[in-house]
Amino acid sequence: MANFYRDNGDLKFQLTHPLMKKIVELKEKGYADCDEFDYAPRDFEDAQDTYDQVLEIVGDICESTIAPNAESIDQEGPDLVEGRVKYARGTSENLEVLTQAGLMGMSLPREFGGLNFPVTPYVMAAEMVSRADAAFANIWGLQDCAETIHEFAGEELKKEYLPRFQYGTTAAMDLTEPDAGSDLQAVQLKAHYDEDRGTWLLNGVKRFITNGDADVSLVLARSEEGTSDGRGLSLFVHDREKGGLIVRRIENKMGIKGSPTCELVFRDAPAELVGDRRMGLIKYVMALMNSARLGIGAQSVGIAEAAYREALKYAHEREQFGKPIIQFPAVYEMLTMMRVKLQASRTLLYETARYVDVYKAYNFIAEDRKLEKEEREELKYYQRLADVFTPLLKLLSSEYCNQIAYDAIQVHGGTGFMKDFPVERIYRDARITTIYEGTSQLQVVAAIRGVTTGLFLSRIREFETMRVSADQEEIRKRLIEMTAEYELAIKKAQKSDDSGYFDFHARRLVEMAGHIIVGYLLMVDAERDNTYKDSARIWVQRAQAWNRERMLLIHQFEPNDLAPYKIEIG
Amino acid sequence: MNHLRIIVLAKQVPDTRNVGKDAMKADGTVNRGALPAIYNPEDLNALEQALRIKDRFPESEIVLLTMGPGRAAEIIRESMYRGADRGILLTDRKFAGSDTLATSYALSMAIRKLEPYSLILAGRQAIDGDTAQVGPQVAEKLGIPQVTYAEEIGEIADGKVTVKRRLERGVETVVATMPLLVTVHNSAPPCRPRNAKRLMKYKYAHTVSEMQHSNEDYFAWQNDRPYLRIDEWSVDDVQADENMLGLSGSPTKVKKIENVVFKAKESKVLAPSDADIEWLVRELIHNSTIG
Repeated sequence: MANFYRDNGDLKFQLTHPLMKKIVELKEKGYADCDEFDYAPRDFEDAQDTYDQVLEIVGDICESTIAPNAESIDQEGPDLVEGRVKYARGTSENLEVLTQAGLMGMSLPREFGGLNFPVTPYVMAAEMVSRADAAFANIWGLQDCAETIHEFAGEELKKEYLPRFQYGTTAAMDLTEPDAGSDLQAVQLKAHYDEDRGTWLLNGVKRFITNGDADVSLVLARSEEGTSDGRGLSLFVHDREKGGLIVRRIENKMGIKGSPTCELVFRDAPAELVGDRRMGLIKYVMALMNSARLGIGAQSVGIAEAAYREALKYAHEREQFGKPIIQFPAVYEMLTMMRVKLQASRTLLYETARYVDVYKAYNFIAEDRKLEKEEREELKYYQRLADVFTPLLKLLSSEYCNQIAYDAIQVHGGTGFMKDFPVERIYRDARITTIYEGTSQLQVVAAIRGVTTGLFLSRIREFETMRVSADQEEIRKRLIEMTAEYELAIKKAQKSDDSGYFDFHARRLVEMAGHIIVGYLLMVDAERDNTYKDSARIWVQRAQAWNRERMLLIHQFEPNDLAPYKIEIG
Repeated sequence: MNHLRIIVLAKQVPDTRNVGKDAMKADGTVNRGALPAIYNPEDLNALEQALRIKDRFPESEIVLLTMGPGRAAEIIRESMYRGADRGILLTDRKFAGSDTLATSYALSMAIRKLEPYSLILAGRQAIDGDTAQVGPQVAEKLGIPQVTYAEEIGEIADGKVTVKRRLERGVETVVATMPLLVTVHNSAPPCRPRNAKRLMKYKYAHTVSEMQHSNEDYFAWQNDRPYLRIDEWSVDDVQADENMLGLSGSPTKVKKIENVVFKAKESKVLAPSDADIEWLVRELIHNSTIG
């Protein structure tokens, strides 16, 4: 029977990446847990075997339960009943099966009932669940909130909340408000400490909250009266059982219809402070957002995988002019580019996941002991990379996801426009990925630091020095050319005194860097496994053309060319 | 009543549901190498029923019993991942070639070693033989009551079990006394998934034969953890009579195996008229498809 893990060799290939040894060793802290917990790994091989087998369980559940439920969940959707969300039947079944399989709270340490999974294999699970049903992936993926509580809350809160996740507790992160979307500094929901009741109370409205009726909610609220910016915001955790929260409305969306998007009203809802006051937005939400963005990267890759498979299958089955349509150049080029973009997204996804893994593992070790100088430097190195790779990943993978879903419909022709095939749902589900957890435009704002600080370039330089087999020399040569062109483009864009001029080209520059980095990642993958050589070759061929288009535009673009674009501003 | 011992009978079978062109050998026997070995589907329905009883009576013990070659330990581990407490592999060259009668004899002898038990649950039938005989024969040999085609096991109280049976034309609810053997139908709920923590805990559960392939380090480690031991029982261990086992103990003799290849290509289109329907009925009676 098909298994979403076993039928996709890329996953095992990424799981066996050389950096995993370091990651697992840091995460398992010398495999000390195995004396205390009968389910802890004894060594690296044991741990890797465990990830492999657990991912097989995930792949099995995706194939046998989650994917078959996706259609009915999309049609049924969640219901609003007396201020509460009632999940579609399939959603509840998915949650029950995943809870029985022990796949909730996967990344939490064992002392809180978790599996102590590193980020990388956890993200693989998220990718597969997204391939099976992107809408459901949101509900399941919000177990990330447990990670935020684990990272930032005090011991007491951790003990109160974290052990519940293994029994299927669901979570939500309540950030957005009607007037605070991309600009979270404008959050108004009020938190005040009630001396009589001895607790914080929340009052106000949140909007567009995914899975808003969750058992546990992380809420960004204004705790400092009289403030108006991000420094007056703190993060709170609200337990649904304690009351004070009603769901006023469930949005009617284009896609991911099984994921309840809620408008919430808080009326004296009791809550507990997570970490320190005033650090809500500045520190905790930033961290939460970064892990959510990695999650959207996984979701994008999962949706793209589903779309590509539907298109490939159809192109083989559908015959026109006496042969399967995949035999026509216009169709096989489309399918090949879908596959290459998919593999490009995936290699960037797991590269980023590994960076996150290393620095997070060091952070947790730092809670127990002082890090050595070398370790501190490594932590810093990987954290800085993760900070710019995460928005780069979110940007590229979600855009490619949409392109792949678009082409998947195209391959289906008129049939794809009908509601009869799953590709129609996949196309609608894909659309949100470039929007939520920060639009593509905002990812550029975060990722541009990788351009301006030279961090992308220095990572590219590291790749440059790697030895490659003779048949990949051509690829490397092209990538070195592309890097020189990228540097020229940056220089040109920075020449103007008008910062608006640089901002105007920011996305182009980020994409140029991204194309080069992905090219190197595919080249490195191909060194480890020959089957990636074709993808690396095609990618670099295309990416060079894409970069030259961008370079040409920047090169020919003078500061006074900006004015015509501003006419609509008025 | 709180701690019931529930024995689940399961079998590792070739996956006959996805048969490819090389599924049969030229001599008409099953090409086991070409078919993946899987957990017999209805035995998983039986395991789920056992687990649901354990959900209700958490102190119950679920013992998985299977007969087969060494690799059948795989389905014991899989049962442990899903919630079984321990497993026994009935394995011996002398069991080879057993038909349903010899198999049920062997199983019943093993079950006697597991007394006292309250319930024996088994899948209705295995997809390789489709006989549905082994469960009922085991009950006969043990001299205990049996309920076949179960869909749901209901109330368990005062030594009695209420069972809902799935029959061709409806549902029948019966009450039987324990110890009792129940065969479970595939209309019963599917088995719960393998649990990640249990997998991590039991993935090194091995039979002694399998442990011989472990390195010394693991061997010692496994030895310190009794829950990682899958018992292996031979003919002697269950004090069975060799003459009632294997080919000599199996009255079922295969006379001839015919490899049927569907060759018919012609087709006839029938109109929804009385005349055509009558023609079809005659035709079906004539070639003994019905009647």
